[in-house]
Amino acid sequence: MTRLGDLERAVMDVLWDMVPGTSDGVTVREVADALDGRELAYTTVMTVLDRLAGKGMVQRQREGRAWRYRAAGSREAHIAQLMLDALDLGGSRDAALVRFARSVTGTEAEVLRAALSAEAGLTDRVEDPQAGQPPLADEATDR
Amino acid sequence: MAYALHFAASILACWLTAEVLAASTWTWRAPRVAIVCWQAVGLALGLSAMGLPMALGLAAYDQPTGSALVALGTDLAHGTLPAGVGAVHLGLVGVGFGIGAVLLTTTVRSVYGTVRAQRRHRDLLSLVARRDPTVPGALVLDHPSAAAYCLPGVKPRVVVSAGTLSLLDRAELAAVLTHERAHAQERHDLVLLPFTALCRALPWFRWVRHAHERVALLVEMRADDKARELHAEAPLAGALRRFAAAGHRITPAGALGLGDRDLDVRVQRLLVPDRTPRLLGATALAVTTTLAALPIALFLN
Repeated sequence: MTRLGDLERAVMDVLWDMVPGTSDGVTVREVADALDGRELAYTTVMTVLDRLAGKGMVQRQREGRAWRYRAAGSREAHIAQLMLDALDLGGSRDAALVRFARSVTGTEAEVLRAALSAEAGLTDRVEDPQAGQPPLADEATDR
Repeated sequence: MAYALHFAASILACWLTAEVLAASTWTWRAPRVAIVCWQAVGLALGLSAMGLPMALGLAAYDQPTGSALVALGTDLAHGTLPAGVGAVHLGLVGVGFGIGAVLLTTTVRSVYGTVRAQRRHRDLLSLVARRDPTVPGALVLDHPSAAAYCLPGVKPRVVVSAGTLSLLDRAELAAVLTHERAHAQERHDLVLLPFTALCRALPWFRWVRHAHERVALLVEMRADDKARELHAEAPLAGALRRFAAAGHRITPAGALGLGDRDLDVRVQRLLVPDRTPRLLGATALAVTTTLAALPIALFLN
């Protein structure tokens, strides 16, 4: 993974772990402080947040002279989105991925879609990390 | 008129060949040859579909379509059309070019949509997927459903979900990863691309969708072959069975998961050893390349 990709991931982790779903978000300074161990320049963190905003991963709001940033979607919602793609349930007509096997049931699809639509309706509420998880974990592991 | 008949015959032959290819099972034992055959049929069909209206419009020139087009071009430039070339004929030539343009634009749109979806997927992966020592070189998504796939591209990514890690044992997982790497190395996404584009261009033709499904299955079989070369049949068949069963386990009684029949076919193929059908494969290759060569020759002459 590139250094930039690595930084983006670290910044997203900060956003997800510090302010899970709260509406006011965090400032660049707060993110930089949370990434203390990496000794990043303030401008570096700002650039990374800027890039993430450009990709639609981060939303920002002006507050006084500073911007406040927060994650556009929860980590679980992003994983649900990737899984919908992976299981070919995303409704895309393009062959973006090549899959090993498809053995998906209607229930599974509903659970994944529910995880996403719940996210869309509740972006301002505190997220329960388990909310987006389908109740299939035990079924898969007890084999 | 003779040239239009050639194109019409070519379209008919393409349709027949596609029907035979779709119905035959020797293709499963020689997936690579079969994929090439499908590609040749697709190319021949596209060119013939363009050529038929053009040849009808250019009948007055009594020349192969390529030379007739050049002759029409020069005549149009001089503003003098020979007798027998009227508005209807020009319209037919236009229809031919229109079909070509539709095929080209749907392909371009398909490529564009695919690249965009892949970039988005890649961005999300780099934020939420993790590396795992049990699957070196692959990315892991923390989700209990079972999925294993390849994100194709210049820098391909092989991805498995946590559900897959708990579903498969070590040998099965290794076979699945080899299968996915085969997709990435042989750029199976590019193999499928024209068929996906054709499905977009002609969504109402059942047999175009059918052809796409056939080629998709053959691509999976080709990757299965690469995996069995390295890991033997048993783990791969085991992995496929587990994927099929994972679908059944959470399905309401009676309903099957998607793609179950294809999974069964792939498992059966791995368990019943069979020789590669060289003679049949060579015959099919000869037929389909001839099929593709005919319209090409008419356009180049």
